[in-house]
Amino acid sequence: MLAFLLVIAVTIVLQHSLIAATMLAGFFSLLMALVFVLLDAVDVAFAEAAVGAGITAMLLLGTLGLVGADERVTRRRPWLPLAVTFAAAAMLVYGTLDLPLLGDPQAPAYTHVAPYYLEFGAIETGVPNFVTAVLASYRGYDTLGELFVILTAGLGVLAMLGLRGAGSGSHAGGEGEISMTHHPILRVIAKLLIPFILLFALYVQFHGESGPGGGFQAGVLFAAAFILYAMVYGASNARRVVSAPMLYMLMAAGVLLYAGTGLASLWYGANFLDYGVFAGDFVSGQLVGIFLVELGVGIAVAATMITIYLAFAERRVE
Amino acid sequence: MIASHLPVLQVVMSLVAAPLCMVLHRGRPAWLLSVAVSWASLACAVALLLQVIDDGAVTYAFGGWAAPVGIEYRIDILNGFVLLIIAAISAVVVPYSLRSAADEIAPERLWLFYAVLNLLLAGLFGIAITGDLFNVFVFLEISSLASYALVSLGRDRRALTAAFRYLILGTLGATFILIGIGLLYAATGTLNMADIAVRVQGQLDSRTILAAFAFLTVGISLKAALFPLHSWLPGAYAYAPSAVTALLAATATKVAIYLLLRMVFLFGPDFIYEELPLSEVIVTLALLGVLSGSAAALLQTDVKRLLAYSSVAHVGYMLLGIGLGGMLGLGGGIVHLFNHAMAKGAVFLAVGCIVLRVGSSELASLQGIGRRMPWTMAAFVIAAFSLIGVPLTAGFIGKWYLVLAAMERGWWWVAAALLVAGALSVLYMWRVVEQAYFHEPHPANADAAEAPLSMLVPLWVLAAASVYFGIDTSLNAGLAARAAAVVLGIAP
Repeated sequence: MLAFLLVIAVTIVLQHSLIAATMLAGFFSLLMALVFVLLDAVDVAFAEAAVGAGITAMLLLGTLGLVGADERVTRRRPWLPLAVTFAAAAMLVYGTLDLPLLGDPQAPAYTHVAPYYLEFGAIETGVPNFVTAVLASYRGYDTLGELFVILTAGLGVLAMLGLRGAGSGSHAGGEGEISMTHHPILRVIAKLLIPFILLFALYVQFHGESGPGGGFQAGVLFAAAFILYAMVYGASNARRVVSAPMLYMLMAAGVLLYAGTGLASLWYGANFLDYGVFAGDFVSGQLVGIFLVELGVGIAVAATMITIYLAFAERRVE
Repeated sequence: MIASHLPVLQVVMSLVAAPLCMVLHRGRPAWLLSVAVSWASLACAVALLLQVIDDGAVTYAFGGWAAPVGIEYRIDILNGFVLLIIAAISAVVVPYSLRSAADEIAPERLWLFYAVLNLLLAGLFGIAITGDLFNVFVFLEISSLASYALVSLGRDRRALTAAFRYLILGTLGATFILIGIGLLYAATGTLNMADIAVRVQGQLDSRTILAAFAFLTVGISLKAALFPLHSWLPGAYAYAPSAVTALLAATATKVAIYLLLRMVFLFGPDFIYEELPLSEVIVTLALLGVLSGSAAALLQTDVKRLLAYSSVAHVGYMLLGIGLGGMLGLGGGIVHLFNHAMAKGAVFLAVGCIVLRVGSSELASLQGIGRRMPWTMAAFVIAAFSLIGVPLTAGFIGKWYLVLAAMERGWWWVAAALLVAGALSVLYMWRVVEQAYFHEPHPANADAAEAPLSMLVPLWVLAAASVYFGIDTSLNAGLAARAAAVVLGIAP
């Protein structure tokens, strides 16, 4: 499988058709997700499949819709960058040569902090999926930071492209829009799939404590269902459901729910993001806190992804 | 009670201000909120630094989980000092930005500008304050993405290419840093920096640690614009909105340099200065940066670009301090962080005033501007003195320490190169002064009036600081010396 990854990576570099490169990149992500499954990291695999193979491919296609799908071929051979790349790769290989073997129980990564999470994660947080316990509680502040990274990315896209109906008004709407309503098969399949994707997203959102998944994956899935609708039925139809101000409010609401949960801990006299104080006993408090922050992640991620997609989809070549 | 939560408030105030700006959705309320937050952040940074001076390092455990299981904030003199620099600059630049940003950015995007500005500040605070290596990466991403977005908001369309270049190179740097963190985790099993510093000792000769060190150093050097990894900097600074340029020039590269200082702490000074030939490599690259930056500044026809190349040179000075090492070298580098922030902030604010009134930062359009905007140009000249390193200005102290540190090691060629660079900086600053004072006013600035008070006051605060901290050096040089002791592991 790793050899296959390498083959795909080389093909992407040599590929001149950007659409084919995008498809291959999605395939690469899917394979990568399978590698993660083999390594028993199902949560990571889930995120990789949803983001790498799903949303990223859609966003790249949206970009290609704006800039055209063919690479401008340059004659110049970039030997120096190539040499630098190989030097860095060689350094990386050199650095990993005396790493402990995969799965070696004596490796530092398995003997210091990790055993603590495995042993006490479920007991202290009441969450059977200890990945969720680490992400939402032990290292919950990093997750808050990651959520703000996504918000920053969304705001960055808005700063450059903007959304229709948000005041900028410089975009031609309506006619030039890409929609695939004239394909009956796509229309029917999309209609069939969307409710199930939404349902699955909700399941992933509220079941993240015990199984793989959580707010991040759920938010991406939710956005994927929406983007699928916007792709098949056109962005302007999708916009009847969500207006630009509403998307902004949802983005803000999601991150504020997470940060607000942290501030609520301060209010109860505990440290930032200490959920133990939210209920009578520590473990129930943890469950309340984890539920709230996961919900915040889900809302903010979904709203941001939809905003980014619409910002691309509504931008026509001028 | 609130005193024990100061570390988290330092970052979370700016963080939460961003979505609140989205909710406000209009320029002026978003600006008001940002000003309030930036002043509260300054108060917070001062209070934190006082706590650290009185009681030693302050720690804060997120979620109540003690490190290394949870994430902790850890403030000592070194990062307390860096926090103070960022907070002070933001408390000056954010009020300034009202008129400047309204002139340079479309009104319907002003709320976006302030939202992203707050994210940039939160990111910078977050990098400086944390004691957790992965947390560094998370906030590095926030601050980097925010700075790409802010650069792209510049009024010139070339701002987009500059932002794109910055994004590609910045992402490369971030990836290198992430690989370095991953390797360190594989070797030590922890992400807490104090914990890593203990656990790398005894395996410093392993390839994993060496590779981790290499990846981290290259990645951070890219972010700090160490020669020859500085090619993103001139474009980004030249085309970003004026307030953003002042903020980035005064704080962003400083935080990257702080991270390099932390690396010395992480791996131990013995590893950096004794076992690796790093001293020689960094000193050589830093000197090349100082000389090439100063020489390139001489050739520019745009003031913003000229000052951007001067920043490449000044980053070189700070890195030179790290390369020379020892109390004098590190102290000189650290004090220059502070002094350069004040002076470079001031000159970029002055250029922002000129852009507001003249509409251009071309050197030619500045002819005779000294008569049209006397207060602006006077502040520019004062800050330029500090950048050149004239005695009795703040900029002199850092350079003086660096010369002393070079002499101490017997590297007279370093001292000679510093003198040449000093002469070059006189020349490039003179080009601006000559245009401003020794020419008849250019038609482009015929109706240019003095800048509004809301911009002049922040500008003069920084210009005055550049002089004040050159005469009373107890605060900046005193703290820098104590911070250098922290880096070397002499003081806790």
